[in-house]
Amino acid sequence: MTASVEHLLGLGDDALVAAQRLGEWAAAAPEMEEDVALANIALDQLGAARLLLSYAGELEGAGRDEDTLAYLRDDRQYRNCLLVELPNGDFGVTMAKLLFLSAYQLPLYTALAGCADERLAAIADKARKESAYHLDHSSLWTVRLGDGTEESHRRMQAAVDQIWPYTHELFAADQDAPVDPATLRPAFLSTVDAVLTEATLVRPADGWAPAGGRTGVHSEHLSYLLAEMQVLHRAHPGARW
Amino acid sequence: MVSARDAVAAVVDPEIRVVTIDELGILRAVEQDPATGRVTVTITPTYTGCPAMDVIREDIRAALHAAGYPDAEVATVYAPAWSTDWVSDSGRAKLAEAGIAPPGPADRSSGPVALRLTVRCPLCGSVDTEQVSRFGSTACKALWRCRACREPFDQMKAL
Repeated sequence: MTASVEHLLGLGDDALVAAQRLGEWAAAAPEMEEDVALANIALDQLGAARLLLSYAGELEGAGRDEDTLAYLRDDRQYRNCLLVELPNGDFGVTMAKLLFLSAYQLPLYTALAGCADERLAAIADKARKESAYHLDHSSLWTVRLGDGTEESHRRMQAAVDQIWPYTHELFAADQDAPVDPATLRPAFLSTVDAVLTEATLVRPADGWAPAGGRTGVHSEHLSYLLAEMQVLHRAHPGARW
Repeated sequence: MVSARDAVAAVVDPEIRVVTIDELGILRAVEQDPATGRVTVTITPTYTGCPAMDVIREDIRAALHAAGYPDAEVATVYAPAWSTDWVSDSGRAKLAEAGIAPPGPADRSSGPVALRLTVRCPLCGSVDTEQVSRFGSTACKALWRCRACREPFDQMKAL
């Protein structure tokens, strides 16, 4: 059974939009090592996005390649979750976003690595190794900030509180997907709980659960992100380096 | 005449120019169609987003052309996923000589990144080293510092 084009777009758009957001930190992170780290993580996400979108384009069979899909779709045609498109905020918000994203992507890619769609399984098997490093990096920062000073603790908790509602969308049931995202939530919760506990942070109660990204109904933040990402390609169609 | 395999195996990695793509384990296969003479080279990336892949493809085609194989195709495969365990012994020795600590054995579990034993400084040999950042100058490297000789160095991280 091969994955659907819609599903591959969801996976690829999550990675692409996360890469674009992380790239905003280049030359603006708290220290040079962090510039390098976030740019590396962005590059991993971009690498996965290119493979996933290329596959989606080939499967669709309408002649759209990775560039067409990345640069010439509008926000309503993007299938990423809302979490990745949220602004970076302060460094704590960026780390909360990365922690939740990687704690979802690691079990997701691990499960997909064994799915019946061979091409998707190969991509996932490659990406899962990289996700382990992303989770490791965001976990270390979450613990350092949460269990740090009074100010860093306050801001890390505020970041977790702000981002938590957006995690629910990641696990919306989809029985037609190669791996039903709903089955991944226990693994996600056990990872996140361990990190938050060590960081002396509290997992917020479940409540408000904004969604819509998978059907193209996004926050206003995505339009601005896409405008910046797509402007060169749209201004100079077909331009090459 | 140099064999197609030898010509391709001698291509160096564009970002770590002391090792060849063969020694890094990136080169998976070189096959020649006996009828048409067309050479098909199969490579696999270290990391999905490795920006060196386009240059590697170009370098492979150029090396084959120079060795007398103008008709060449470079295919990329993702499975099985590349592992630092594929870096050859000669590759490891060359990395160390160039001041890059070679990777330890890859973690086979699917869980979080395991705590690593210390890394020996490739410059002075001391084991009194510390990790500065898990992400370094390229996707495949971490940044370390030696407490004995005070020099920073790269380490190819186990994957």
